[in-house]
Amino acid sequence: MSDNPIGASYVYLLEPEVRFLEAAVEHLIPTDELGPGARDAGVVVYIDRQLAGSWGTHGRQYRSGPWLEGTPQQGYQSRFTPQEVYRIAIREIDQHCRKAFGRPFAQLASDGQLRMLQQLESDEIALPSFSSKFFFDLLWRNTDEGYFSDPLYGGNRGMAGWKLLGFPGLPSGQYRDLISSSVPYHAEPVSILDVQTGRVPIDAEGFPKHVMIKRDKEQ
Amino acid sequence: MSATKLKPVDVVVVGSGVVGSIMSMELANAGLRVVCLERGKSFDGDADFHKPNVYDELKYDRHSDIFQNLARDTLTFRNNGGQTALPMREMGAFKPGEMVGGTAAHWGANARRFLPHDFAMRSQIEQRYGKSFIPEDCNLQDWGLDWDEIEPYYDQFENIFGVGGKAGNLNGEIQEGGNPYEGERSRDYPNPPTRRTYQGELFANAARSLGYVPFQGPSAAMTQDFRNLYRVQMLQCVSGGFCSSHVCAQGAKANPLTSVFPALMRQPTFELRPLCNVLRVNKDSTGKKATGVTYIDARGNEVEQPADIVVLGAYCFNNVRLMLLSGIGTPYDPRTGTGVVGRNYAYQQGSSVEVFFDDLEFNPFIGGGMVNTSIDEFNGDVIDRGPLGFIGGAYITTNTRGAAPIKGKPVPPGTPRWGAEWKKAVAHNYRRTMSISSHATCLSYKQNYLDLDPTYKDAFGQPLLRMTFDWHDNDLRMINYMQERCVEIAKAMNGSRMNGKNKGTHFSLVGYQSTHNVGGAVMGADPSTSVVNKYLQSWDVPNVFVVGGSAFPQQPANGPTETIGMLACWAADAIKESYLKSPGALV
Ligand SMILES: Cc1cc2nc3c(=O)[nH]c(=O)nc-3n(C[C@H](O)[C@H](O)[C@H](O)COP(=O)(O)OP(=O)(O)OC[C@H]3O[C@@H](n4cnc5c(N)ncnc54)[C@H](O)[C@@H]3O)c2cc1C
Repeated sequence: MSDNPIGASYVYLLEPEVRFLEAAVEHLIPTDELGPGARDAGVVVYIDRQLAGSWGTHGRQYRSGPWLEGTPQQGYQSRFTPQEVYRIAIREIDQHCRKAFGRPFAQLASDGQLRMLQQLESDEIALPSFSSKFFFDLLWRNTDEGYFSDPLYGGNRGMAGWKLLGFPGLPSGQYRDLISSSVPYHAEPVSILDVQTGRVPIDAEGFPKHVMIKRDKEQ
Repeated sequence: MSATKLKPVDVVVVGSGVVGSIMSMELANAGLRVVCLERGKSFDGDADFHKPNVYDELKYDRHSDIFQNLARDTLTFRNNGGQTALPMREMGAFKPGEMVGGTAAHWGANARRFLPHDFAMRSQIEQRYGKSFIPEDCNLQDWGLDWDEIEPYYDQFENIFGVGGKAGNLNGEIQEGGNPYEGERSRDYPNPPTRRTYQGELFANAARSLGYVPFQGPSAAMTQDFRNLYRVQMLQCVSGGFCSSHVCAQGAKANPLTSVFPALMRQPTFELRPLCNVLRVNKDSTGKKATGVTYIDARGNEVEQPADIVVLGAYCFNNVRLMLLSGIGTPYDPRTGTGVVGRNYAYQQGSSVEVFFDDLEFNPFIGGGMVNTSIDEFNGDVIDRGPLGFIGGAYITTNTRGAAPIKGKPVPPGTPRWGAEWKKAVAHNYRRTMSISSHATCLSYKQNYLDLDPTYKDAFGQPLLRMTFDWHDNDLRMINYMQERCVEIAKAMNGSRMNGKNKGTHFSLVGYQSTHNVGGAVMGADPSTSVVNKYLQSWDVPNVFVVGGSAFPQQPANGPTETIGMLACWAADAIKESYLKSPGALV
C-alpha cells in the first residue's frame, strides 16, 4: 500500500500530531520479532481517517446539553468530539513535555515516552482540559481498532494484525464443512480491500478463495 | 402545524422488527389492511448487505453504523433515583436497531424457549420456598399464561425462524441428546441441531464428568437449506462468523428480512412505510379508544394515520415511551409503588470465564449463529434454591460465534494492557482460548423503572425515555454462584490458565452486554400490576396491543427473542380469532 500516496497523507491531523501519534502508537503495539508495530501498520493513517469522518465528529452521537461529567457508569459525557479531543490533548501533552523536559513528546527518548504514556494512563498528568486517562483510553481504543480492522480503513497494513493472530479474514465457503474440525486451519488472510480491488478471486457464492499456509512443525 | 389526515386502515403497526413483521404478516394474511410504520430506512437485500462488505467488524460491531442513530433518539440513564440521569451519548451496553427488520436484523440467533417455570415464577417459588424467600423489594410476578396454551405459538415461531435443535422433552418423553429440562414440546424443531465444535466437545466432556447433561442449544441460523412456514427459502449457514451485530449476506440467519419480509411484501393488503417516526397514539374523547397514530414522515410532515387497531412493536424502550407520551395507562410512581407504565424494567445478568490452553489450538473464527453447547441444570428451578438463598438461574454454555479480531482476543490475567508483552500474549492466545459463560435471570425491583426524562429531548422535541436501573443483591449472589459453576467446568477441562469476568456490582452503560431490555409494559392477570392482559392488550385502551420484551414481568435466563416471537404469534391469533369477532376487552 506504500505505493499509494493517499495512504501516506493526512486529512485532519497536523504535522506535530502525526509525529506525536507515530511515536505513541509504536509503544502501544511495538515492532518486534512477531511483526510490524502500529506505526508501520498504518495506525496513524487509520486514526486520521476516523477523526475526519462520522465517528470523529460524533455524527451518530447524542449531542445536546446540558453537559455534566456523570458517573463512570454513564459513559462518554464530554461535549467535545474525538476530533477536538485529539487536537486539544496532544497540544496540552506537548506543552507539558516542553515544560518538564524542554521538548515535545515525539522528541523524548524512548523510555521517556514510555514513562509519559504510563503516567497518562494512570491519570498522573494533570492536563488543563481533560483527564489524561480519558485521552489515553481513546488513543488505545483507536490503536487497537486500527491495527485489527480491515486494511480498508488505512491501518492493519499487510494485514499485520491478522497475521499476528492467525485470523484468516473473510470466511471461506469451506467453513461450512469445518465447524466440527479439530484440525487447525491456517490460511493467508483475505481482506475486504483484497476482494474489492480484485487481488483475491471469489467463488460463485462470493466467498474468497483461501490459500492455505503450510506449517511444518510447531511455530 | 396541522397534520395531514390519511384514510383509515384496519391496523397500524409501529416498528418492523420481530413483532412488527410477524404481526403484520399474520393480520394481512387474515385479509386486514395493515400499514407498518418504521422510523428506519428500507433495505435492498442485494445491495445493502453484500459480500465482501458485510465482513466489517469496525463498521458493524464497533461503530454500530446500522443501529439506532443516537443523534436523533437515545435514552437517559442513572443507577438510582438519587442521581441525575444523563443521555447515552454513544452506543454502549445495548444496541437497539433502526431499520426495516429492526434490532432483530442483527441479532445473534440464539433462539431458546423459556421454561414453564419462568412463566409462573412467583407462585412456584412461593409454593416451594415460602413468600419470605422473595426479596421484599422484588416485584416478581407471574405472566398469566399457561404453558399448554402458548406451546403451539413457540412451535409456530420456530417454523417461521427455522430454529435448529434437538427436542429434549417430546410430549413428556425425555429424548436423548436434547435438553431434558425443557418444557414439554408438541413436536421436534423444524431443523436439525448445530454440529458440535471442538470447543463444544471439550465443554461437553467436562460437563458430563460433573454429572450434567450437555446438549446443542437451539440456533436460528439455518442448519440446512430450509423453506419456512411462509414459504420463504433460507440457505444453510456457512459458519463464517460476523453474525451477531451483523446482517448475514448468506441469508442464513433467520430475521425479519430473511424470514418474513419476502412473503409479507407480496401481501396485497400490506403497506410498509419506512422513514416514518411515530410520535404518539391518538385517542378519542373518551380516552378509552385509540383512533390511530401520528407520525413525522421523511419530508418532515406531520401525518395522522387513523386505524381500528394499533399494534406497538417498537422495541421495549419505545413501546414504553409511546405509552407514556400517549397517556395510555397510569405511569409508575416508585415512591408509592402505584401505577404500571414503566414498572418492572429488567435486563440480563451473566458472567464468563475464559480458558487458555497452551497445548491446544482452535479455529475460533469458524462459527456464528450462536453455535453452542450448553447445560440447563442451573436454569429454572431444577436444583433446590433453598440452601443457596437466592432465586433465579442461568444456562451455562460455550458458544462459538466467530471470534473477530478487534473484540475477540482475550489474554490471561496479569497480562499488561498494551505493549510488547500484550502483543505476545494476544498472538499466543487468540487461537488457544475458549470461553464458558452463564446467561442468567434478572429480576424486577421497585427501584428499577422507566419514565420520561425531565430535561433531555429527542430530535422531534419529545422527552427521552429515562432508565433508572442497577443490579440487586439477590441477582449478584445468584451470578456469583453461577460463575463458580462456570469455573468448575473450566477446571475440569484442564486449561493452562483462566480469567473470570462478571458485570460488576453496578450496572454500567460502558461496553456491550446484550440488547435484552425488557419490562415496563408488562403482561399479567391484575391491572394494578400490569399494563396489558394475557393477550398483550392494553387494560385501558383495548384496541391498543403492546407487544415485545416490554411485556416480560422479569427476565428469565434464556434470551428474549424466541418468546417475543411467540408472543407476536399469540397476540396476532387473539386478534384474529377473538378480537375481530367482538372488538373490546378480551379479558
Ligand atoms: C447484537 C445483538 C444480538 C442479539 N442477539 C440475540 C440473541 O442471540 N438471542 C435473543 O434472544 N435476542 C438477541 N438480541 C435481541 C433481539 O434483537 C431483540 O429481542 C428483538 O429484535 C426484539 O424484537 P422487537 O420486534 O421487539 O424489536 P426490534 O427488532 O427492535 O424492532 C423494533 C423496530 O421499531 C422501530 N421503532 C422504534 N420506535 C419507533 C417509532 N417511534 N416509530 C417508528 N418505528 C419505531 C425501530 O426502528 C425498530 O426497527 C440481540 C440484539 C442485538 C442488538
